[in-house]
Amino acid sequence: MKMKLAALAAGTMMAAAPAMADLIVPNLSYRTGAYGAGGTQYADGFNDYFTLLNERDGGIGGEMIQVPECETAYNTEKGVECYESTKEGALVFNPLSTGITYQLIPKVSVDQKVLYTPGYGRTSAKNGQVFEWVFNAPANYWDGASVAIKYLLDENGGDLNGKKIALVYHNSAYGKEPIRTLTELGEKHGFELTEIPVEAPGQEQKSQWLQIRRDQPDYVLMWGWGVMNQVAIQEAANIRFPMENFIGIWWTGSEIDVMPAGAASNGYKAVTFNGVGTDYPIYEDLQTHVIEPGLASQGGEHIGSAVYSRGMYAAVVIAEAIRKAQELAGTSAIDAPQLREGFENLNMTQERLAEIGLPDFGPAFELSCSNHGGNGKARIQQWDAEAQQWTLITDFTEPDSEILEPLIEADSTAFAEENGITPKDC
Amino acid sequence: MDQLFYASEVFINGLMTGVMYSLVALGFVLIFKASGVFNYAQGVMALFAALTLVGIMEGQVPFSHLINATFGTHLSNFSWTVGPVVAILLTAGVMVLLAIVIEKLVLQHLVGQEPIILFMATIGLAYFLEGLGDVMWGADIKTLDVGLPQGISDTIEQATANWFGYGFFIDRLDIWATIIAALLVAALVAFSQYTKQGRAMRAVADDHQAALSVGISLQFIWIMVWSIAGFVALVAGIMWGTKSGVQFSLSLIALKALPVLMLGGFTSIPGAIVGGLIIGVGEKLFEFFVGPMVGGATENWFAYVLALIFLVFRPQGLFGERIIERV
Repeated sequence: MKMKLAALAAGTMMAAAPAMADLIVPNLSYRTGAYGAGGTQYADGFNDYFTLLNERDGGIGGEMIQVPECETAYNTEKGVECYESTKEGALVFNPLSTGITYQLIPKVSVDQKVLYTPGYGRTSAKNGQVFEWVFNAPANYWDGASVAIKYLLDENGGDLNGKKIALVYHNSAYGKEPIRTLTELGEKHGFELTEIPVEAPGQEQKSQWLQIRRDQPDYVLMWGWGVMNQVAIQEAANIRFPMENFIGIWWTGSEIDVMPAGAASNGYKAVTFNGVGTDYPIYEDLQTHVIEPGLASQGGEHIGSAVYSRGMYAAVVIAEAIRKAQELAGTSAIDAPQLREGFENLNMTQERLAEIGLPDFGPAFELSCSNHGGNGKARIQQWDAEAQQWTLITDFTEPDSEILEPLIEADSTAFAEENGITPKDC
Repeated sequence: MDQLFYASEVFINGLMTGVMYSLVALGFVLIFKASGVFNYAQGVMALFAALTLVGIMEGQVPFSHLINATFGTHLSNFSWTVGPVVAILLTAGVMVLLAIVIEKLVLQHLVGQEPIILFMATIGLAYFLEGLGDVMWGADIKTLDVGLPQGISDTIEQATANWFGYGFFIDRLDIWATIIAALLVAALVAFSQYTKQGRAMRAVADDHQAALSVGISLQFIWIMVWSIAGFVALVAGIMWGTKSGVQFSLSLIALKALPVLMLGGFTSIPGAIVGGLIIGVGEKLFEFFVGPMVGGATENWFAYVLALIFLVFRPQGLFGERIIERV
């Protein structure tokens, strides 16, 4: 009996542990709690792309990809626990939380793991000379803020002088990220910025929107997440704020953010760096190899949504970095330091995106030892409430590097000094 | 002059928001008053009720994810949808069933235990219900539309603009919430004052042992009270869910009820209402006058500061029963 139990236990452990040669990409997801709706969609997109590669191509370079999932509940402490419990043999982490990212930045440097934070996390991690193990391509929060302002400049004939812009933000490290950039951009372009914080989770925002009604800003920008987004869009509709003058960052630009407000959300805009919808050739392969065999994460019910697409895009970039790393290392069984080399030599072209089956899905970008964030290009999407879909209304736009580069340099240098880091010579 | 109008607008909206807080606080009060249990699960009950309501209205197959994952089926929705009134009645029925199950499986086994044990049991219940709601109806954000109007009241805006030269913002949903809360409180007071069951409930609240000695069934009263609290949770869930969509953060509205309870007292229905109004107005006015000087986002913590200030002077809350122990 004891022998049987021991054999059963050993068998269970072998089944649970990834094979040593596999490429291990943990998915630090959140499917429960206040932010679970968005977290679930992102995790599904992330999982499904790797499932597609395993089922269709037999992994990457002949190596199967393991995606062990760990529930963080968008809680920083749980996120760190998930990192610690899954880091053995892992190549890269993508925790989808700025709070968790801040805690993992020093840890990944010690453990030599790659931290990939597309569109979130610490903006100045773009400076690869200081943040050697962190990548945040294709765009960061400051890029998003700059692209939004560039769009408003285009809308106003290149002149925002005297305009009033309110920033409604999640009162957290994430929400505060764009303030400095917008302040600098305000000084450059002459607009007046009003900061309006919303305490998490943001279920009640009456004071904030009464203030907006009184101040009557020309535009409202939003950095929100979770229930804050739905309530803000509803409150904006309640005070009859023109939706076409309300622009959110990409984390406030999903279907679940606008649908509760119904027709009133028509015209709302958001910055984005990824495509949306199922009108891409890759979905034929997903249908054949993932959805029809019943392998889609959570049954595939979120396929094509904005946040699902972003999760899938993160997986695409990681997979391409793995391919590059295998090519550079001359072996398919790469480790995390080799993956870092892959990221630093990644050249994501439109041609490659088309080959993958995602033409024009994201911006073309190239990374290097010093540039871990790409060129920061993003575009604007607008919600059509009647058709229940997002429409891309601009091409990819480059942010204002004249403003952003000095800010990134200053912030990363300060981080290096605080932490005794000698910037890498690239 | 403008500042006076703005402050008045904030004051009125604070009152309306306070009503929304009171709706959540009422459920806590009902259960605490009748059984001495601080029901940590009240916020999750509001979430569960709202999830169930949307699920029934949309004809969603409960546990469809679980069934699909187990049997490889592709179930999601029945071929029918249900109107709001019928769906609300059916959901109320589900909340009664939930009350019976809670009484049979949890409370009955904890009779005579310390209040802290009962409190811990409700913590467990909260997490269980949250998980059950997730498995039963899924984690997606759901739109809830039972026909309640939302958005600025044009009539009030127009009237105030004519009178004062400044059109006040009042959300029509808040007006409806106020009317519904008033009706709910009136019904609860009438029930507890003028019905046999209501008097029995008050007797149990006053003294369990004495109530038992005159033949009142503790089991029945607990089921009844938890059912009523479930219905109150459903009303709160409808109001908050209409505003933000039905999603799991709805359970966090309980955090807004705690300062209301501290201020109004845990045993008073009028206390829950008045406490809610004071908290709503207090936090909104503080945010309006002081918020801009301290960086804003003061509402969450100021509500508790306000409640603590009241507690210094009235530890039992504004309307709570004073505890006198004779030695």
